Formats: sequence, C-alpha cells, structure tokens
Amino acid sequence: MGIKLKALTKSPWVYHLSTGSCNNCDIEILDCLTPRYDLERLGIVLVGSPRHADALLVTGNMTMKCMKRAKEVYDQMPKPGVVIAVGTCALGHGVFEGSYVMPKTVDEVLPVDIYIPGCPPKPEGIIAGVAKLLEMLKQKA
Amino acid sequence: MEYLFAYVIFPGFLFTAVVGMLVSWIDRKVTARVQWRVGPPLFQPLYDFVKLLGKEIIVPRGASKATFLLAPLFGLAAVTLVSSMIWMASLYPDRGFVGDLIVVIYVMMIPSIAVIIGAFASKNRIASLGASREMKLMLADELPFLLAVMVVIIKSEAVHLGQIYHYQETYGMIFSSWSGVLAMIVAVLCMQAKLTLVPFDIPEAETELMGGVFVEYSGPPLAVLKLTRMMMLFTLPMVMVHLFLGGVHFQGMDILWSILKYVVLLVVIVLIRNTNPRVRIDQAMRFFWGPVLIIGIAAVILALLGF
Repeated sequence: MGIKLKALTKSPWVYHLSTGSCNNCDIEILDCLTPRYDLERLGIVLVGSPRHADALLVTGNMTMKCMKRAKEVYDQMPKPGVVIAVGTCALGHGVFEGSYVMPKTVDEVLPVDIYIPGCPPKPEGIIAGVAKLLEMLKQKA
Repeated sequence: MEYLFAYVIFPGFLFTAVVGMLVSWIDRKVTARVQWRVGPPLFQPLYDFVKLLGKEIIVPRGASKATFLLAPLFGLAAVTLVSSMIWMASLYPDRGFVGDLIVVIYVMMIPSIAVIIGAFASKNRIASLGASREMKLMLADELPFLLAVMVVIIKSEAVHLGQIYHYQETYGMIFSSWSGVLAMIVAVLCMQAKLTLVPFDIPEAETELMGGVFVEYSGPPLAVLKLTRMMMLFTLPMVMVHLFLGGVHFQGMDILWSILKYVVLLVVIVLIRNTNPRVRIDQAMRFFWGPVLIIGIAAVILALLGF
C-alpha cells in the first residue's frame, strides 16, 4: 500500500464532478489551473474520464437526482482514490438548508476525505486544502 | 542473446522508455513555459507511470477482456521494435536486411491500430467514436507520409536503413536538397498526426470525447498506453532524423550535433502543438489529402528530376 499512496500524492489526477452547484466553485477550481496558481507543478491534472481519476472533486449540493449518479461515478473511479468536497454547499446544505430536493449531504452519499469551505473558496484555499490532503496521505503511506 | 539485449535494454525498451519519459517531461515543461506557468517537476512522468501501475484495473461489463487488456501491450511491443531497428541501423549500418525501411513503416502503424482495437473492445460509445476518428486520421496521414518516404528511397536508391545512412554520409543529408525540404515538411505534419498531438488530437479530444480512445482504460493498461505515447514522442522524430537529417553519429562532437537535430525537431513539434487549435476530422482529412498531398507529389516529381 505504501508506494501506491506515495505515488498517488505525487500525481493526483482530478475528476471534477458537479452535483448541482451554482458554477461558482467550478470557476474557482479552473482558476487553480491558470498561470497564476498552476497546479500542474504539484502534478495535478484535470482528466475527462472518472476511470483515469485519483481524486473526485465534488462541488455543490447533493440533489436527489444526483445521488445515484454520484455513487456510480465514485464506483467507476479505480481505487485507491480520494474524495474532496469543495464549497459550503458540498459541506452541508449552505443557503439551501431544509430544501425538499436535497435530503442528504455529500458526505452521507460519498466517503469524503477532506472538506474545503467557502462560498466559493478562494484558489489559495483550495490549494491549501489539497496540500493538507496530500500531507495526510503521505503520513498514511 | 545479443538481439534480446538490444530489444529489451539498450536501444530497445528500457532506453526508449527512460528517454521517452524525459522527452515527455520536456514537452510538458516547454508547454508550461509557453503558457507562462512553472510546469511539472522532472520526475513527473515517472510518478504518473508508477501511480497508474498501482491502481485498480476495471474491465467494463460486456467488453472483450483479452483484447481490451492485450491491445496496449501490442502497441508497446511495436514502438519498442521501431526504436530498436532505427538505433541498430545507426549503430551497425551494415547489418539489417533489404526492406527494413518498409518493415519500420508498417510497424510504426501498429500502435495506432492497437489503440483502435482496444477502444472498440471496450464497448464504450465514446471510445468507438474516438477509434473511428483515429482510423480516419490514419487513412489521412499515411498517404502523404509514404510519398515523403518515397523521396528518400528515390534519392538514396535503397530501401535499406543502413544504405540510406551511408548515402547521407557521402552525399549530405536528404534535407539539404529541394525535394528533401518539401518531403520533410510533409513528414513533420504527418508525424504530428501520428503522435495525435494538438492540431490533430481529434481521437482523444479531452474537451468533447473525455479522453476518447482511452476513456475506459484505468490502472496498468492506461500506464502502458501512456508509456507508448511517450516512447512514440521519442521514436518518431528519431525515424525522421534517420531518414531526412542523416541519422545519429557517435564519433566525438557528432553526438552533440545528432542530439541537436532531434531537439530542434522536438521543439518544432511542441511549438506546433502550442500555437494551434484542434481541427475537425473532416478538416484534417481535407488538409492531408489536399495541400499536403500536393506538396508530397511535388517533392516526388522533384526527386525524380534530380533536384
């Protein structure tokens, strides 16, 4: 398990899954790939297929329609893999608290490894969260 | 025994894989610098490869398991073979056999065919779409590429890698003649399509096909496919250097000159890749069967006239 996780911390490929967000968090995530922040220096690449992914980056409230699909996408990701929840909505329900179309939060559907709060979180915040996650994985390895 | 060593270690698998990883790092780093970013660390391709080896293999339901998993290996074996043949031709020009150039051209096609077969075997619609595009791209670039190679054959009057090497030693590189320049331009464009790099990365098309032909691959098979791509990025320009730029020499300063030839070719590829948007498949076919084919025919006619 050791070397697998260690290599994973060096090149986490991210699949970006929106389970009903307002697109604000998604734009901040794309900001992380711009020249100013450049996540590729940490080996982080956005990939198009969950089969290539090591990390599932979930944004937004978990809507009822998305619950089944999110679980499916998580199962499609080859293990070992991690789940990152980004934004206040993904952490709890945010401003949509008590809505009838969102019976569950993200971490009740998927095993979330790290939470990044903010509405939306700043790119610095996202990078800090990812760095903490990688540190955690390194200690586990 | 000697051939086994040549295939597995020195000019073959290990050497090509290591240099291929280095080259793909250069590609990513230069791309990052062009976009004013910092770029990945030196060992990034190695990290990617090791990480993918440690991941789970998922075979989609309904896929043909053996074909799906074996196809990447055929591609890897083929690109290794091309690399060893080209390097052996530079190391021992007098060995080899008549027609090994034709073998190299055929074997160079196998990685693409392996990708197509693997994608069709995965029973994924997106992968099939990517595979059909890859097939069309192959049909498009193969004809002009063969014309470009024909210029080399007409000039050196040989279909033997060693004799082409000797011809360029005595009469100067093929690139120094008019027909050679035209053929080289055609060959570089075809090489871009064979490597499926950006103006012609239609089969993969990250933004619309989610990785296209690779969409269902995960773990070690994906690692093999990525490694094949890295090795192609080293091998195909090497073939061009051998055919058009006089090949690799190993005496004294000639080594630096040989490396320079390769690096210039690589930078041309990376710059084409970074300054162009992706074209549609019909535009790519029209491009290769139109202007590029005409340049190729002009090059062949010039070569026959002796220019």
